[in-house]
Amino acid sequence: MTQPLVEMRNISISFGGVQAVDDVSITLYPGEVVGLLGHNGAGKSTLIKILSGAYRMDSGEIFVNGRRVAINSPRDARNHNIETIYQTLALADNLDAASNLFLGRELTTPLGFVDDGKMEAETRKIMARLNPNFRKLNEPVSALSGGQRQSVAIARAVYFNARILIMDEPTAALGVHETAMVAELIQELKKQGLGIFLISHDTREMMALCDRVAVMKNGQMVGTERVEDVTEDDILSMIIMGKNPRAA
Amino acid sequence: MTDQSDFAPTRPALKRSFFQTLELDTRLLGMIGAFIFVAVVFNILTDGRFLTPRNIFNLTIQTASVAIMATGMVFVIVTRHIDLSVGAILAACSALMAMVQVRWLPGIVGLEIGHWAIPWIAIASGLVLGTLIGALNGWLIGYQMVPAFIVTLGGFLIWRNVGWYMTAGQTIGPLDQTFMSFGGINGTLGGPLSWALGVTAIVFTTVMIFRARRTKLSHGFPVKPMWAEVMLALIACAAIAGFIAILTNYAVPERVVARDPTQFGCEVAEGCTPVYGLPISVLLLIAIAAAMTVIARRTRFGRYIFATGGNPDAAELSGINTRLLTVKIFALMGALCALAAVVASSRLANHSNDLGTLDELRVIAAAVIGGTALSGGIGTIYGAILGALIMQSLQSGMAMVGIDAPLQNIVVGAVLVFAVWIDIQYRKRTGLK
Repeated sequence: MTQPLVEMRNISISFGGVQAVDDVSITLYPGEVVGLLGHNGAGKSTLIKILSGAYRMDSGEIFVNGRRVAINSPRDARNHNIETIYQTLALADNLDAASNLFLGRELTTPLGFVDDGKMEAETRKIMARLNPNFRKLNEPVSALSGGQRQSVAIARAVYFNARILIMDEPTAALGVHETAMVAELIQELKKQGLGIFLISHDTREMMALCDRVAVMKNGQMVGTERVEDVTEDDILSMIIMGKNPRAA
Repeated sequence: MTDQSDFAPTRPALKRSFFQTLELDTRLLGMIGAFIFVAVVFNILTDGRFLTPRNIFNLTIQTASVAIMATGMVFVIVTRHIDLSVGAILAACSALMAMVQVRWLPGIVGLEIGHWAIPWIAIASGLVLGTLIGALNGWLIGYQMVPAFIVTLGGFLIWRNVGWYMTAGQTIGPLDQTFMSFGGINGTLGGPLSWALGVTAIVFTTVMIFRARRTKLSHGFPVKPMWAEVMLALIACAAIAGFIAILTNYAVPERVVARDPTQFGCEVAEGCTPVYGLPISVLLLIAIAAAMTVIARRTRFGRYIFATGGNPDAAELSGINTRLLTVKIFALMGALCALAAVVASSRLANHSNDLGTLDELRVIAAAVIGGTALSGGIGTIYGAILGALIMQSLQSGMAMVGIDAPLQNIVVGAVLVFAVWIDIQYRKRTGLK
């Protein structure tokens, strides 16, 4: 098989005595969508925040394209082309779409000043592709609807040529139409060879979108299965019982 | 519809009113309206003494010190911090600068009094001290996680008294002649130079307005109609010209000219009618305001300040080093306190230990009246300066009318609360947070 895009090996992290992630390993291949499932507090978001640089793991190893990497900050993760769409969207509400899209990576003029004109033009371009109805380019993102805010967060991840995309509950705040748009986008990005980690509570949605699903419980990995090999009920029992019925 | 953040020009959705077409910040208009109202009321109450060139000149030099610090306080408050120590830092810097120029350089180093380097070494030492104190505050807040309120409350008690030890509690003076030219009446540009500067500013403003339009057009963005651009340019030019005209109408009193006509470029006092013109302290304030506005709108540093204020977590997840940012913001605040100390002490021609007492409250009030939100993420430099000007107008207006000192404070306090209340109502109406 091809080389994994990301390999996380034996990852552990604890917060003040609580073992949030306990010796978890997971891989992601190019053009693949891997879903992370589990109850609240199962450790999904924590695991993913280690990859995106928001948390620093206590022990374990991360390989990107087969090379061992150190991810100590969100900047490190971005340098390895890992982009994250957070559940909270992580937008600065008082800034407009372009400022958010380029936050931390502003385009500058030769004199070193931020080039708002160019950033707005780039934002218009990518928005025309992602969400053609998007018009409110000069307003703070607090004035946008949930779907529009989501598209700003997605644009931010997609614009910078991500190779690895992490989506934490990308459809939680969205309506039916917008959810379908996100699903479409995931298919398109997959075709381009991106690897995607998807976190969601919606088992049915995950079965539809993912190639493989990984189930976590109490910080541990219950099991990883190809979606065509399991039923929704299998997954549910993995989430609830913390046991892999097929392994038993 | 509008927002106070530096990044969101007005862009009305439906019908465009007159002001919307001009794309002027309605809050800015509101503040200018409030300022004009205060000025006119006091002018009536004082039988026309409030709006004389002389009083307007005095107002500007009295405002300069607080306004300089208020521009820095905008950044501090935008990032959801507070700085209660600015008046104390001002006093410490002023004490150091006074000791350097009056005692240490002439006494210990042996430079002659009046040596050209003395004021500049003094100012540099003050800037270094202010920046270091600010950076220390920022390090404690950003890296050690001590709340800004506590760090600067401590600083409020510490730094003024560090200044006290430097000067042994004495009033230090007289200050260096060149140094004192930063203080207002002792350092003005005179008529011709003020006008030269005014004309430069007018040309610059006009060029900038139309260059911004060209940039927008080159990206294919919507622009306002040409008549609106022209009108804005005219208003801006008229404001600059009016300001310079008022200040150059303040003639130097005859007895001052008679004392030393050569100082004003005349050989004899007869027929010599010099004017004060733009004070250097106000020029310094304008330069700082311009620089701070550029920082806020056009640099990554400024962008990160507003992003961190809007959503600290998002800023951090975007790879912004918010801790180092905090150090930089407070260091900048400290440097501005030092510059304010130059203006404040040179206006009084000496350093006294109570210099800048309660300035922290005036500075915070100026920023808040100017639309800076304590919840973070929102604030403008010009707003803070207008806020300082409104506060100072109230204070000196009431003093001119002869209102009792206690009542003056009651009014200023009430106005502060009222201004914030109005702001909250305004934001509710317009659906802003």
